[in-house]
Amino acid sequence: MADHVFGGIKIRNLYKIFGPNAGSHIAAVKNGLTKAELNARHGHVLGLRDINIEMPSGSIQVIMGLSGSGKSTLIRHINRLIDPTAGEVLVDGVDVVKLPEADLREFRRHQTAMVFQKFALLPHRTVLDNTIFGLEIQGIARPKSLDTAMRWLERVGLKGFEEKYPNQLSGGMQQRVGLARALANDAPVLLMDEAYSALDPLIRTDMQTVLLDLQKEIRKTIVFITHDLDEALRLGDQIAILRDGEVIQQGTSQDIVMRPADDYVANFVKEVNRGRVVHVEAVMTPSMSSPSGRPTVAAGTTVEDTLRMLARDVSDEGVVVSPTGETLGIVTVRQLAGAMVNVH
Amino acid sequence: MDWFYKFPHMDDGALRDLKKAIDDGFRGFTRSYGEIIEGFFTPLQHFLIASERFMLKTPWPIITLLILAIAYAATRSLRIVAGCLATLMLIGYFDMWEDTMRTISMIFVCTVLSIAIGIPIGIVMARSDRVQRVINPILDVMQTMPSFVYLIPVVMLLGIGKVPGLIAVVVYAIPPMIRLTDLGIRLVDKDVLEAADAFGADNRQKLFKVQLPLALPTIMAGINQTIMMALAMVVIASMIGVQGLGQPVLKAIANQYFTLGMFNGLAIVGIAIMFDRVSQAYGKRLQKHREIVHG
Repeated sequence: MADHVFGGIKIRNLYKIFGPNAGSHIAAVKNGLTKAELNARHGHVLGLRDINIEMPSGSIQVIMGLSGSGKSTLIRHINRLIDPTAGEVLVDGVDVVKLPEADLREFRRHQTAMVFQKFALLPHRTVLDNTIFGLEIQGIARPKSLDTAMRWLERVGLKGFEEKYPNQLSGGMQQRVGLARALANDAPVLLMDEAYSALDPLIRTDMQTVLLDLQKEIRKTIVFITHDLDEALRLGDQIAILRDGEVIQQGTSQDIVMRPADDYVANFVKEVNRGRVVHVEAVMTPSMSSPSGRPTVAAGTTVEDTLRMLARDVSDEGVVVSPTGETLGIVTVRQLAGAMVNVH
Repeated sequence: MDWFYKFPHMDDGALRDLKKAIDDGFRGFTRSYGEIIEGFFTPLQHFLIASERFMLKTPWPIITLLILAIAYAATRSLRIVAGCLATLMLIGYFDMWEDTMRTISMIFVCTVLSIAIGIPIGIVMARSDRVQRVINPILDVMQTMPSFVYLIPVVMLLGIGKVPGLIAVVVYAIPPMIRLTDLGIRLVDKDVLEAADAFGADNRQKLFKVQLPLALPTIMAGINQTIMMALAMVVIASMIGVQGLGQPVLKAIANQYFTLGMFNGLAIVGIAIMFDRVSQAYGKRLQKHREIVHG
């Protein structure tokens, strides 16, 4: 097990129809019956249509959509809290859809951990006892799981709160317990279902930082559901945008902001602070030669940070360099300003 | 127009035959199986006798201390303990100690039995809507049927004595136990259950780690109701030979002894309030973690 490399998550041709005779309508849906038609003619609701997403191991995959887009339905297919109508969900090469019940329980105990929008903590247990819940379900001896739980509680900043009950904590702190409970499981997949949506904006940003910091160490495959594009852009290595049960765009935050697939996505992107998302190499003029006396900017720096740097340096241009030190291009203040207000 | 003013009922002769046939059938059943059924209840009888002997043979100061200790352990409230002490002292002073001990012993056994039977039935009921649909009307019958009516077959089967009394009391007192267990489990937050599923809990783990603990306050309310209803049956049970505070009341009714009836009635009220306050305070203490909400 030690040198086994986790194979990531692959979702293939996933369909979900809600209703008593879901199976009998799947062929029609595959042949193009729309969500509205399915509902009007057969009284069934199309939850997901032909979802194909590959989530590489160790990355944060954000699934973004408004309410009713099917994002919470989608994440529940990964640990099969919801059974699909058709399709495959491969987690580390195993098709979750085909697992018999006992194997599914083992899979949930060891391969996945989940954080919930409404925290879903056990009110009658202390913070510490909530954190060991997953380990208890796995059947791990209490002393050993207590060590693990204490470590994670400390890591999420809850040291000293072990003996409190969830109701004695604020929302943000309750979600830290939820996060510690999930992390204590040490599963390769971390499912976060609108985990931060119930928190107020400052605490939400705070928790995003906690997650990004943690991810540098733990390198889990994280699936993060949100309805907030800013959150999606901040957290996601990859983003999939869902609308009415269909994926309308997949890509990195750069792809989404620079090349929105349609008006729907473009509408979202309009409200985004582009300076904090767009990377400097997206707006630079590629060039191999490096004029001397210009400040250098590492590739991957955001437009906003680059502007701040150039302003401090009182220079009009910067040289963009790769992590290995090669020159990639030149970027001007005009280009940077243009990117911030979206003249494209 | 005769049928319009008088309900056209079954022919008198046929009705008489029907009643006789049912009576004979049940009597036959009693004759052939009465002993087996009695044997089935022997362990219960031993339990009842042992419990009553303990309450009567133990010197009163020890019983008093024991009851007060239980009351304190359950409530952590000196006020309630003082109330219990006053009630017990008054009961003893007015020479009702022995009858009270018999009644408490009976109520204790009835409650234990109701919990032991009621909780599992409630759990099964909470898991299946079909089972709920079957059991609910049965509970309705148990609660509304006049108790005298089901005393008849119980006495025919088992004669008079402690065990038939116990059965009559349990039949009357168990419905709230079952209903509130069912309700408590059904009210458990769906999100928390989903979380348990997501962490791979099996049905047993969900029951013992999530459903029962979260339903416990409701279940405690059921136990409280069961105790109260069992106490309400004390007088009726005394009609079929259950000893305790009910017997003097029965005697008082027959002979119009106002004071005797009143004293014993008040003693029943006294222990009812004791049990009620203690079990309620315990139930509240169990859900203390729910009350301190973050401000």
